[in-house]
Amino acid sequence: MNTLEERVLSIIEKNSRVDTKELAILLGTEESEILAAMEKLEQEDVICGYHTMIDWDKTGVDKVTALIEVRVTPQRGKGFDEIAERIYKYPEVTSVYLISGGYDLMVTLEGKSLKDVSSFVTNKLSTLDTVIATTTHFILKKYKDHGTIMTRHHEDQREMITP
Amino acid sequence: MNENANHVLSDTCVGLKPSGIRKFFDIVSEMTDAISLGVGEPDFDTPWHIRDEGIYSLEKGRTFYTSNSGLKELKKEVAAYMKRSQNLRYDYNSQIFITVGGSEAIDLMFRAMINPGDQVLIPTPCYVSYDPCARLAGAEPVIVELKEENEFRLKAEDLEKKITDKSKILVLPFPNNPTGSIMTREDLRPIAELCIKHDLYVLSDEIYGELTYEGRHVSIASFPGMQERTIVVNGFSKAYAMTGWRLGYACGPDWIISQMIKIHQFAIMCAPTTSQYAAVEALRNGDEDVRMMRESYNERRRFVLYSLKKMGLPCFEPKGAFYAFPCIKEFGMTSDEFATRLLQEEKVAIVPGTAFGDCGEGFLRLSYAYSIDNLKKALARLERFVTRLRAK
Ligand SMILES: Cc1ncc(COP(=O)(O)O)c(C=O)c1O
Repeated sequence: MNTLEERVLSIIEKNSRVDTKELAILLGTEESEILAAMEKLEQEDVICGYHTMIDWDKTGVDKVTALIEVRVTPQRGKGFDEIAERIYKYPEVTSVYLISGGYDLMVTLEGKSLKDVSSFVTNKLSTLDTVIATTTHFILKKYKDHGTIMTRHHEDQREMITP
Repeated sequence: MNENANHVLSDTCVGLKPSGIRKFFDIVSEMTDAISLGVGEPDFDTPWHIRDEGIYSLEKGRTFYTSNSGLKELKKEVAAYMKRSQNLRYDYNSQIFITVGGSEAIDLMFRAMINPGDQVLIPTPCYVSYDPCARLAGAEPVIVELKEENEFRLKAEDLEKKITDKSKILVLPFPNNPTGSIMTREDLRPIAELCIKHDLYVLSDEIYGELTYEGRHVSIASFPGMQERTIVVNGFSKAYAMTGWRLGYACGPDWIISQMIKIHQFAIMCAPTTSQYAAVEALRNGDEDVRMMRESYNERRRFVLYSLKKMGLPCFEPKGAFYAFPCIKEFGMTSDEFATRLLQEEKVAIVPGTAFGDCGEGFLRLSYAYSIDNLKKALARLERFVTRLRAK
């Protein structure tokens, strides 16, 4: 990875709306260089998508997020990959991580209501053959997500003019 | 006001010109909805691990005075920093001490060295405190004009013309506030030669040294024969976004430093203890933060230069600090008029160049210590303003 690619990634990770012309200005290069870098990064699946951070709590829309710890029996020859795939294919699952420690997979899930989420866990997740146990934690409040503090409106506290 | 005020007060103090910044500040503070590009301090919060060390020191009850010259650990870290950044060796015990911002160090160097009638050479436009501090110490400030055609770098010819047998101290304010100009090794060499030839001492204000966007900052103290005649002033305000902590330092020959500490011990006692603990963490583990902020300023710098070019405002490429210094002479107004009208008509606050000396006339100091979004908004308004002026 060259430094231009790294700078592009670190800028668009924070703000995916900067256009390529602006990126070229910020990084002191030509737009064609930026376009080439981004195309390469997309093709290599380094850039996997362009998303928007939304604090749904501030809207009237009902949404519940849960973190589910899942313990599974790894399968011979396939390890955890197959069971992870079974789980991540559900559209309501927003992330699946294999992790070290007391359990195996960390699954995050979004549903409309608590009932929605619990019914997913009991009817779909727990019934998978290799799943041994699950523990569900409901998220009560998001303070910070993807490096963004959700609860604070950033206000410039400096004086208007200083030497 | 007391009618005898002028008999009672110090003539030197009463005679000081009020700061041009202050005047503009008073106009701006009436206008709460203005967008400002007028700030001379970082927009970043102090990195959390540094704040955390400050908080931790309070929790531990480290709420006492430190030694006059500062915490030993901190002086050692400053010495290590001078070694790794400039390859300069300073004895932490006798050649370094910790001050209340770079500001205090500037004041103290003058007070420790000036005798009545001594002259202090001040390249201008520059930061607002050298001239008044020199006067308060009894010196006669001598302006050396920095010129746009030289990208506001100090030229040996211009300096030499102003040197007299009364010249004692040269202020070297680079990277420069308000112009953003820097001095490279090649630019500094003839200046160093002049200092040695004319036995000048240097106050090298390197507070923006870490914010250099092409190459690395070079200290004049790193030239042969210069360390023994230079006080390097630096601090935590700009590089680590720590303006409110009020912490800086001075490095130089022990016989000058010890006199500066003498005044410091009577006037200040010691720099804020909490800030000193936080600063140890800054110097130990803050390099990555500095790099990140520098990169971010650099992006904004490019954006500002691009925008100024697009609206046709001439501006040399500033390579340090976080200011651009565009020229507005084409409009036939003073900087003051331009800035005031810009504020009234477009609600954008940019400081007139004259706040940094008379030779800032015809320029504005545009700070880019702001988010890109903020810069975009303000620069769009500036563009609308200059377009309207040109249409008339
Ligand atoms: C060139 C220059 N020197 C020194 C200072 C003083 O900084 P501090 O006292 O916060 O270290 C400033 C602050 O704006 C500055 O711009």
